[in-house]
Amino acid sequence: MTNAEKYDTLFMTNFKLTKDQLPGLKYRAIPLWDSMGHMTLMEEVEDTFDISIDTPDVLSFSSYEKGMEILRKYGVSI
Amino acid sequence: MYFFDKNSAFDRNPLFTDSHHTVLYHDWYCHADALHSLLRPRSLAAVICHNTMGSALSYLACLQNRIVPLLIDSKMDAKLMERLLGIYEPEYIFKPASAVHPLYTMEDYGVYRHSRQKHELYPELALLLTTSGSTGSPKLVRQSYANIQSNAAAIASYLSLTSQQRPVSSLPMHYTFGLSVINSHIFCGAAEYLTEDTVFDEAFWKFCRQYRITSLAGVPFTYECLKRIGFTGMDLPDLTLLLQAGGKLSKRLQQEYGTFAAAAGKKFIIMYGQTEATARMSYLPADACLKKIGSIGIAIPGGTFHIMENEHTEITAPDTIGELCYDGTNVTLGYASGPSDLRLGDMRHGRLWTGDMAYQDADGFYYITGRKKRFVKITGSRVNLDEIEQLFKNAFAGSDFACAGEDDDIWLFTTMPAAAGPELEDFFFKKTKLHPSCLTLRAVAAIPKNSSGKTQYKKLQNFIQQGGSA
Repeated sequence: MTNAEKYDTLFMTNFKLTKDQLPGLKYRAIPLWDSMGHMTLMEEVEDTFDISIDTPDVLSFSSYEKGMEILRKYGVSI
Repeated sequence: MYFFDKNSAFDRNPLFTDSHHTVLYHDWYCHADALHSLLRPRSLAAVICHNTMGSALSYLACLQNRIVPLLIDSKMDAKLMERLLGIYEPEYIFKPASAVHPLYTMEDYGVYRHSRQKHELYPELALLLTTSGSTGSPKLVRQSYANIQSNAAAIASYLSLTSQQRPVSSLPMHYTFGLSVINSHIFCGAAEYLTEDTVFDEAFWKFCRQYRITSLAGVPFTYECLKRIGFTGMDLPDLTLLLQAGGKLSKRLQQEYGTFAAAAGKKFIIMYGQTEATARMSYLPADACLKKIGSIGIAIPGGTFHIMENEHTEITAPDTIGELCYDGTNVTLGYASGPSDLRLGDMRHGRLWTGDMAYQDADGFYYITGRKKRFVKITGSRVNLDEIEQLFKNAFAGSDFACAGEDDDIWLFTTMPAAAGPELEDFFFKKTKLHPSCLTLRAVAAIPKNSSGKTQYKKLQNFIQQGGSA
């Protein structure tokens, strides 16, 4: 699986979405991406890409696209 | 005089501030006057709650007019909410104003007529809160005017609140802990700062810095989230009061936040309560936080705890477990399971059997060790395991279910095949609005029962405590 595929899979499984629903998705726009969903997502993103996300990035991880930007910052090619 | 009555001394004080503007106590009093001439006195009204001005003003305007509000979580499943409203048939509903012309408008909220049902209400009945927002159970807690007054006064006293406090609405207002923050601050003439953002929103922290927020209230999960975002390293010099209730905080986090607060000159206060006691029953004074790890502290001013061996016998020896019993004027009237119960008077007479097992140490501090009743707390809110189990039994007839669990972790045992997992998760989320990550599914050949056909929850509970590997 490519990094992009891994990233999409995390969103699709956690938030029960299909691939076409991911672009433009924002934190709290759907009930499943609430605080609890965010905690789980952060944990799984860290595990999947073997990175540790800093505080400001946990807060700015506010959308599907923003998350990819953050991953790139941590050297994940996506 | 009650804190929710007009107080000319507070007239010009700010009452609520959101990211757009501020309303004064005077504005609340004017709204209440306007509603007084529009709504039938001593009627029942539902408030569909958000953390917005309209929602908070609706609640306060009802109290001032002695109209009884039933506070409902706006996130409740639409069908469950409809069912709850169908059972109680409130005369009015306060909710976000829609295109339909309301009877009256307060900020973002409108008042709508809902039914012509005239309820017989006990004269002292002030407020109705749900026992479980997630399952839509019609079981409500009946709180009196004296209850909310006495609890607000006690909280204001042990937290030494003044009109200068600036708390942020970090908890929903239909939730007794969130509501107690509003009540105890209005008791002092302080303002609350309203936001619907969460601690994971940058906007939340911008709001806190902009208004120099002084206090934050959270359930154990909130403190897990705060840890994740490195809260203790954030620059928030005005934020000096951290409150925790709504379930047992891990000892590790108590140690961490207690140490942080002591070093940073802040107060971290752990508290314990139940909706049945209006909100608050005990608090652990900030200076005892690190000395009494795991403790719920001491009873609030005006209240007393007793550890009971049985209905008549009190345990006075320290370190001996019994059921925790609380006496105080904040002990609520009792429950309602339907509209005819709203006429009932005080069934508890100031004594609450908490259903929690506890002991007292030699210094007089209390510790909870477990629960007698079948419920867990999910992000601070009570979830009845029997009700969850019933939801599944009703929806998936032909299969058997049993529900057990711990705080923030519900286990559902089912005779349905493991492949049904996603369907069960979807149903769980759709019905309860609880996050599926707090649900653990376990497919079993049969639910363990005893000879009389009763589910052996103890067996299931042991299985869970062994990490599900037994």
